Amino acid sequence: MESIQYKQNQIIDEFNFFEDWSEKYQYLIDLGKSLPEFDQSNKIDSNLIKGCQSKVWLNSSFSDNMVIFEADSDAIISKGIISLLIRVFSGHNPKEILDANIDFIEKIGLNSHLSQTRANGLLSMIKQIKIYALAYQVKK
Amino acid sequence: MLDVYKIREDFPILSKKINNTDLIYFDNAATSQTPIQVINAISDYYKNYNSNIHRGLHSLSVDATNKYEETRSKVREHFGIANNHEIIFTSGTTHGINIISSGLEKTISSNDELIVSEMEHHSNIVPWQMLCEKTGAKLKVIPINDNGTLNMEEYKSLLTPNVKFVFVNHVSNTLGTVNPIKEIIDLAHANKSQVLVDGAQGAAHLKINLSELDIDFYVASAHKLCGPTGVGFLYGKSDLLNSLPPYQGGGEMISNVTFNQTEYADLPHKFEAGTPNIAGVIAFGVALDYMNSIGFENIDSYERSLLDYATENLRQIENIKIYGDIDEKISVISFNISNHHPSDIGSILDQFGIAVRTGQHCTQPIMDHFKIPGTVRASFSFYNTKSEIDLFIDAVKKAAKMLG
Repeated sequence: MESIQYKQNQIIDEFNFFEDWSEKYQYLIDLGKSLPEFDQSNKIDSNLIKGCQSKVWLNSSFSDNMVIFEADSDAIISKGIISLLIRVFSGHNPKEILDANIDFIEKIGLNSHLSQTRANGLLSMIKQIKIYALAYQVKK
Repeated sequence: MLDVYKIREDFPILSKKINNTDLIYFDNAATSQTPIQVINAISDYYKNYNSNIHRGLHSLSVDATNKYEETRSKVREHFGIANNHEIIFTSGTTHGINIISSGLEKTISSNDELIVSEMEHHSNIVPWQMLCEKTGAKLKVIPINDNGTLNMEEYKSLLTPNVKFVFVNHVSNTLGTVNPIKEIIDLAHANKSQVLVDGAQGAAHLKINLSELDIDFYVASAHKLCGPTGVGFLYGKSDLLNSLPPYQGGGEMISNVTFNQTEYADLPHKFEAGTPNIAGVIAFGVALDYMNSIGFENIDSYERSLLDYATENLRQIENIKIYGDIDEKISVISFNISNHHPSDIGSILDQFGIAVRTGQHCTQPIMDHFKIPGTVRASFSFYNTKSEIDLFIDAVKKAAKMLG
């Protein structure tokens, strides 16, 4: 498994390839559409992330010292952003997730396109990912 | 007919660039933009006569008091109100509603019933729910029809002898529907019920005469009428306002204070405790003058032409659904395309420099009625243009294509 930082650098490289915002958005939309199907039974209120204008569900599981994330949203751009987060975080152990410094969002120029509401939603998603990791680390 | 390009010169913000393109501001139902005359009035106050009102004997205070009270007269004239003292300056519509709802805590009892409509803004629902919680009164709801109008037959059947109040908006902020308030008021009065009209959305588009309509209470906000934020007013008939207890205690609202007993001041001061938003109230008066200099008939007919033009062009877009597609409405269009989430369309429109509102617009019951997570809402004002609508339609089509 590649490191969290390596995967972030990969994403930064991919986004550098795009010339304008519409290509970036189109990529996020395509990523959102190709996100693996979310188990409908996990679409429950306790998996909802607070602070997003659209609904975002995040679920996690833990085996072999690896945290696996899956998520869904009723908005496709949110889903695209989540798919990037899942790509970065999923499959790592709790310590790696907790230690990770997330810099790709700023470097791909996404945060300048995000409203404060959306940026808060994104922060809530990362916070929730780290809370899951912390819970698994404590349980261990 | 108004000269839109000349009017636009009065609004500094309209020449702003967003994402390297010209700003197109279609979120007027949330707040209107501010003309330079209003901005200047605010800075003129702080530069030239900033001082506390009503109590001072010095010249600055007299100037400030006169200008502040001038706005009360302007509001009286514009809204067809009988007396200045029936106008209470507030921080906005929500504040006005809360003055009434908290004032009724002692008079409403558990046998009483209150009526709201399904298309109210949360600010005209939640305070009444809180009042019902405290008093045990029952809240009843006028349902909406699928075309976005009120179900008046249901309203009539809800008007039972126990109904003390009806709370309804003049115009829906989400659907743009203009409600038949005259009929609503006449039916309520025939039932000995009083009516509060939420004018937040209507006041910006339609001139209204509160005395002729025999409205009991009316609330509105300055910031939807080209005025500053944090200012609004509450109108109430003298005898009704006199029957309510004060909302807040403090300076300004008293006539005599001892530790044995305090006497409250007369209207309107009884409800204006503390130092008010003096600059804001004065600027509100300038905003009313500004809009009247353009003329509400001109504003109404111009906005109507923008609404018709935008509606006609939006209808051509595949799989679009417009909520509240009726004749009796102001320049607000709420829509969705296919199953795309409104926030997706809104985010893409923002990249084109187009400001619209997405979400529930503080009217969750409307969203529940239509079983949708929200809508995209474009709302036009008299300073918007048809060429802006062309760019908007084009951007909506591009967004729909991107989302696939």
